[in-house]
Amino acid sequence: MSPPALDPRTVAAGDRLPDHVRGPITRGALALFAGASNDHVLLHIDSDYAREAGMGDVFAHGMLSMAYLAQMLTSWAPQAALRHWNVRFTAITPLYATVTCSGEVLETFDAEGERRARVKLHARTDQGVVTLEGEAIVGLQWDEDGRVGNG
Amino acid sequence: MVALEMIDRSFIGLTSEPREIEVEKGQLRFFAKATGESNPIYFDEAAARAAGHPAIPAPPTFAFSLAMGAPARRGDLLGDLGVDMAHILHGEQAFTHHRIIYAGDRMTLVTRTSDIYEKKGGALEFVVQDTTLTNQRGELCVEMRGVTVVRNPQGARG
Repeated sequence: MSPPALDPRTVAAGDRLPDHVRGPITRGALALFAGASNDHVLLHIDSDYAREAGMGDVFAHGMLSMAYLAQMLTSWAPQAALRHWNVRFTAITPLYATVTCSGEVLETFDAEGERRARVKLHARTDQGVVTLEGEAIVGLQWDEDGRVGNG
Repeated sequence: MVALEMIDRSFIGLTSEPREIEVEKGQLRFFAKATGESNPIYFDEAAARAAGHPAIPAPPTFAFSLAMGAPARRGDLLGDLGVDMAHILHGEQAFTHHRIIYAGDRMTLVTRTSDIYEKKGGALEFVVQDTTLTNQRGELCVEMRGVTVVRNPQGARG
């Protein structure tokens, strides 16, 4: 994938980021993410442990979906333009879920000497459950090669 | 009636010792694979350099993984705070990005347990922790705030 083709000068409230879809999240995907992300909480890895803990079966790390949201953002703008973002984990992401990440520009504004966008973030399962909800602040100044001024 | 074992509130305000962890190229490649990443800058050094990076960049959430890979001796949720792994859920997560973290960096992490509170009569506890990640040049790269929810299955007191 080449650097983002988005011209930051054209970003405006109401713009929708391209949806980013991942899944279905398999047991294998959870095992690999546990290893790669240093998250060894057994609720995501070991079905016996998850059952004994009263959770039914393993479920996905919230941070796996947050990584998917990061991919949506870094496909839209250079990573160096991401200033701040926060999410609430509003529901557990179950095994086999397909997650759709979506984003919408709420407003553009000036702060700390640069133009920025406030982007509403959601992750939803294929059952329509909202699993992550939050916002990102993205700087809107980068050149054609995706170089951000203060990156 | 079984007494609830609540987290000791004297941990509020506790700051961990600084811990160091290296950002490893192999792990970044593993993370890219595990997240189905298609952008080659996240796993291919030549692609990263062609895009203007000095090395493979760690993607935005990887700072959380660095913290998971460098647990503190003091102020660790699953360590001295005594929380049971079986009872945790991720409540919230926030990142403020100042500089990109790269493969080969050596990061120093400091975590402060900023707050511990409860809801539903103690059936749920919330632990707020703030972590800074600083690279080997002393540059602040990431500040992150996490809220972990701890279920107390015995239910509410009283």
